[in-house]
Amino acid sequence: MPMPEWLRIRRSKDSDNREAALWSKCPKCGEVLYRRDLLANAYVCMRCGHHFRMGAYDRISTIIDGDFTEVGAEVLGGDPLGWVDKKTYGAKLSGDREKSGLAEAVVCGFGQIGGFDVGLGVMDFHFRGGTMGTVVGERIALLLEEARRRRVPCIIFTASGGARMEEGMLALVQMAKTSAAVTRFTDDGNVLFTVLTDPTTGGVAASFAFQGDVIVAESKAVIGFAGRRVIEQTIRQRLPDQFQTAEFLLEKGAIDMVVERRALKETLVRLLEYTVGTRVQR
Amino acid sequence: MSNNLIVEREKGLLELERRIAELRSANATQPVDMSSEIAALEQKYRQILQEVFGSLTPWEKVHMARHPNRPTSLDYISRFDRFDELHGDRQYRDDPSIVGGLALLHGRPVMAIGQQRGRDTKENLRRNFGMPAPEGYRKVRRLAHLASRLGLPIVTLVDTKGADPGISSEEHAQSEAIAACLHEFTKARVPIVATVIGEGGSGGALALAIADHVIMLEHSTYSVASPEGCAAILWSDATKAEEAAARLKLTAQDLQRFGIIDEIVPEPLGGAHRDGSGIVTRVLTEVDAAIARLTARSPEELLEDRYRKYRRLGAWQTTQGEVVGQST
Repeated sequence: MPMPEWLRIRRSKDSDNREAALWSKCPKCGEVLYRRDLLANAYVCMRCGHHFRMGAYDRISTIIDGDFTEVGAEVLGGDPLGWVDKKTYGAKLSGDREKSGLAEAVVCGFGQIGGFDVGLGVMDFHFRGGTMGTVVGERIALLLEEARRRRVPCIIFTASGGARMEEGMLALVQMAKTSAAVTRFTDDGNVLFTVLTDPTTGGVAASFAFQGDVIVAESKAVIGFAGRRVIEQTIRQRLPDQFQTAEFLLEKGAIDMVVERRALKETLVRLLEYTVGTRVQR
Repeated sequence: MSNNLIVEREKGLLELERRIAELRSANATQPVDMSSEIAALEQKYRQILQEVFGSLTPWEKVHMARHPNRPTSLDYISRFDRFDELHGDRQYRDDPSIVGGLALLHGRPVMAIGQQRGRDTKENLRRNFGMPAPEGYRKVRRLAHLASRLGLPIVTLVDTKGADPGISSEEHAQSEAIAACLHEFTKARVPIVATVIGEGGSGGALALAIADHVIMLEHSTYSVASPEGCAAILWSDATKAEEAAARLKLTAQDLQRFGIIDEIVPEPLGGAHRDGSGIVTRVLTEVDAAIARLTARSPEELLEDRYRKYRRLGAWQTTQGEVVGQST
């Protein structure tokens, strides 16, 4: 195929992709939704109420009043294990960067919510399944340390498949790092709210996600320690659909509340109103 | 046939051992001198031992760590001067896959906590193959909290495939139970010494292993996920576990290089189970020495050191090109 022809096809494919990006299909009810409407509706299906997984910056824009100053953005990953399978770890990371528009699986920073100064961390499932490697651990720790210095509440949105395999034990010990940072932050009289979004599992669930003083979950989010497939293989039977949903966890007493996304900001502002004024002064 | 590689490889060696012993006893009673045959056999035995166990691959170490005769937590705890087991999470149940209680180690009062697997099917069923449920982690947290209040150093023994993945464990919030353990260990105002004696599997192992001093046995493993789990997660193919074991850098030697563990206790050729009593003595001596060093630090210094240690673990860089993290 001559080069100009090849280029033309490629370009037309690109423009097809751009057209397609204007529309999203709801995985729950199949409704085709205009992307701009969907964003305006905080990525909740206008027909059935299904909560799409949200990108970190979209989330930040729906939660924060105005400006948002990032912390830890300068922290970028390495490849400590020299991981190679079908691709190198480095190639996987650059692929995810291109796909998600993010440098890593969490964005952290400071801004205001309902006029209250807060530290905010938002994980993004679109980057390596929201897995926690050293960059995620480091950024969460930096966020909590800076919030402790500023004496402001912290809110962390979780979305994660767990620890990142390609960083091995260095990923697992980020559970220790983030836990240590949470302990310092909360022991110093500050409050941590966590918002568990779909999905929150493994090492993230078993560290800072469940170390929140108040744990909020988005409606229908899958939350658990072990993955559904692992449990089904272990017990050799199918699990009920409801298992490991936010609603299930609420019933079992594991979380404080289940909130629809459109009511989330209002809920967070209400919680901030209770806690900010009553913080113990040291 | 055992599904444990090491058990399979030992079969021939055990046969040789038996023959050497037979010859020896025959030699003592019979007039013919067979000492040269015995010496030849012993020479061969040592040679095979060296060939089979002299340098183990990560996958072989995974099997060594899971060897059914490898000393378990209770083998260590029973060699403390004294041990009084404390039971239960005070909420729901006592989990037999966690054994913990007040103990005297070389005369020093400590809190001992270990993950306990079984040696046979019956005991494994009772101990849930050493995979703790949330109730187990809540017991760990309770005992660690008590130790911190009483000023007792905490000695943990890590030996688990991972936290229990079951319906009841999810219903009782396994994530919260582990997260609460991590929280407790980051704030305990006493020295914590953790030893990975077998398999250190994932968050379920880390829940007992945030420590001021972490020891691993030479052939124990400590991993972000079991090799089978990792292969299933990344490649949807649990049969690629051997490949995963090689990539995960789960050996004691790798982890010491990353600064995740502080000390390796060597095992006899052929593995810890070849001299269970000796390895227990060695580990307890090292644990005691670590506690002795750590008790010289004030609680504030301990907490600061522990924070700094975990704070710097990882490998990352900044956009300014400055390498901040622990480099490899």
